[in-house]
Amino acid sequence: MIADVLVLGLVGAILGLDMVSFPQAQISRPIVSATLGGAFMGDAGVGLLCGVLLELFAHETLPFGASRYPEWGSSSPVAGAAAAIGASVGSVSMALLFAVPFGLLTASAGGWSMVQLRHLNARLARRRLEALARGSARTVAGLQVAGATADLARAGGIALLAATIALPLVRWIAVQPAPLAPYAMPMLASLGGAVAGGAAWKMFHSTAGTRWFGLAGLAIGIAIALVRSR
Amino acid sequence: MSLSAGATGPDQPAVTAIPALPHRTRLAIISRLFAVQASWNYEILIGTGIGFCVEPALRLLPGGAGGEAYRAALARQSQYFNAHPYLSSFAVGALAKAELEGQPAARIERFRTALCGPLGSVGDRLVWVGLLPTCSFGTLLLFGAGASPLTCVLAFLLLYNAGHVVLRLWGLQMGWERGLSVAAALGHPILREGPVWLARVGTLLAGVAVPLTVARLVGGTGIATSGITLLIAAAGASTLVLFHGRVEGWRLALIAGSAALVLFLLRHA
Repeated sequence: MIADVLVLGLVGAILGLDMVSFPQAQISRPIVSATLGGAFMGDAGVGLLCGVLLELFAHETLPFGASRYPEWGSSSPVAGAAAAIGASVGSVSMALLFAVPFGLLTASAGGWSMVQLRHLNARLARRRLEALARGSARTVAGLQVAGATADLARAGGIALLAATIALPLVRWIAVQPAPLAPYAMPMLASLGGAVAGGAAWKMFHSTAGTRWFGLAGLAIGIAIALVRSR
Repeated sequence: MSLSAGATGPDQPAVTAIPALPHRTRLAIISRLFAVQASWNYEILIGTGIGFCVEPALRLLPGGAGGEAYRAALARQSQYFNAHPYLSSFAVGALAKAELEGQPAARIERFRTALCGPLGSVGDRLVWVGLLPTCSFGTLLLFGAGASPLTCVLAFLLLYNAGHVVLRLWGLQMGWERGLSVAAALGHPILREGPVWLARVGTLLAGVAVPLTVARLVGGTGIATSGITLLIAAAGASTLVLFHGRVEGWRLALIAGSAALVLFLLRHA
C-alpha cells in the first residue's frame, strides 16, 4: 500500500501542476484524472465512474483568474484510486459513496492550498522587485521555476496526505455490510445531475437562444435515457 | 483606453522594419507559453510570466541578451499583467514585435495596460464558459452512450486540446503579425461569435448528456429508479438556479454525501 500512496502522490503532483502552472491541458479534470487514478489501481472503469460524478460537480467551479475554486488535479486521482480499491475488496456503491465526498473535500483543501501558494509567490516576487526592475532574466526565470516547483510540491503533498488517509479507510468502509448501499448510486447521481444541470443554466443562460437548445437537448436526453432504462 | 493608445501622439515612433521571428525563438516562446502562469500571484498576476515568454525575442534586440535595450524591455514586460492564460499569446506576440520594432516605452506600456481587459474577458467567455464545459458535456454524452474509459479520456483530451493549442499558436501568430494593431484580431469572428456558438452547442450537449449520464450511473436498476433519480436531479437543478449566487451545489453535495455515508454505516451498526 505504501507504493500505491507514493505513486498517487507523484501522479497527483503532476496533475495538480496542470491546473494552473503547466501546461493547463486539463489532464487535471476529474474525468481524466480520476480515471487515471482508477487505472493505476487496476480498474479504470470504476475510476471513470468516480471521475464522471466529480466532473458533474466540477461544472460549477470554473477556474476564473483570481477566484477561489477546488483543485481537482491532486484530489481526483486519489478519489478514483480509492474507488477502485474499495470496489476490488467490497461494494462499488459504498466505495463511491466514500470516494466522491472525499474527492470533493480534498479538492476544497487543494483550492485553499492554491491560495496560500499565490500569497507565497507574491512574497517571492515582492522581494525581487528591484531585480525585476533591472530586467534580470535570471530573476524572471527563477520566479517562474520557483512557482512551478512550489505548485508541484503543494499538489504532491495534498495527494500524498489524501492517499494516506483514503486508501486504508476505503478498504474498511467498502466491506462494511450496509443495507442502504443500493441507494448510494441514485443519490450520488441525482446530486451530480442537479449540480451539473444548475451549472449549465448559470453558464449558458445569458446567451441568446440557448434556452431552446437546452430544452431540445433535455427532451432528447430524457427520452433516450428512459427508453434505454426499460 | 484604446488598444492603439498613443498611435498618433507626440511619441510617434521611428519604427524599425523587422524580419520574421526565427524558428528557434518562436519555439522557445511557444514552449514558455504553456508555463505563463507558473508564478501567478495576487500582486503581479501573470506579469512575470509575460516577461518570461517574451524574453527569447528580446535577445534579438541591439546589444543582445543582457544589453541595455534587452534589460529595459524585460523590466517593462515583467510588470503587472492580467489576461486569460491562453489568450496571453496575443499579447506576447504583439509585445515582442513592439519591442523589436523599437516602439517608445510609454506607448508599449499604455498598450500593455489596455490589453489586459479584453484578453481576460474574451478568454473567459471563449474558454472557461465555452470550450471547457462544451468538451466536458460532450465527453459525458459519450459516457452516457456507453463509451469505455479510454474513449472518454482520449475524446476529452483531444477535443479540448485541439482548441487549446490552436488558440495559443494562433494568438502568437496574430500578435506577431499585427503588433500594436492586434486589437483588430480580437474582433475576429472566432473570438466574437465563438463564445455564442459554443454556449449553444454546450447547452444542447448538456441537455442530452446529463440525463444519459445519470441513467448510466444508476444503470440496471430499472425505469422507475432512473425516472425518480432524474426527477430529483431536475428538482435539485431548479433549486440551485433559484438560489443562484447564494448556494454552491458542490458544497451541499459534499455535506449530503458525507452525511449519507455516516448514515449508511450507522444503520448497520
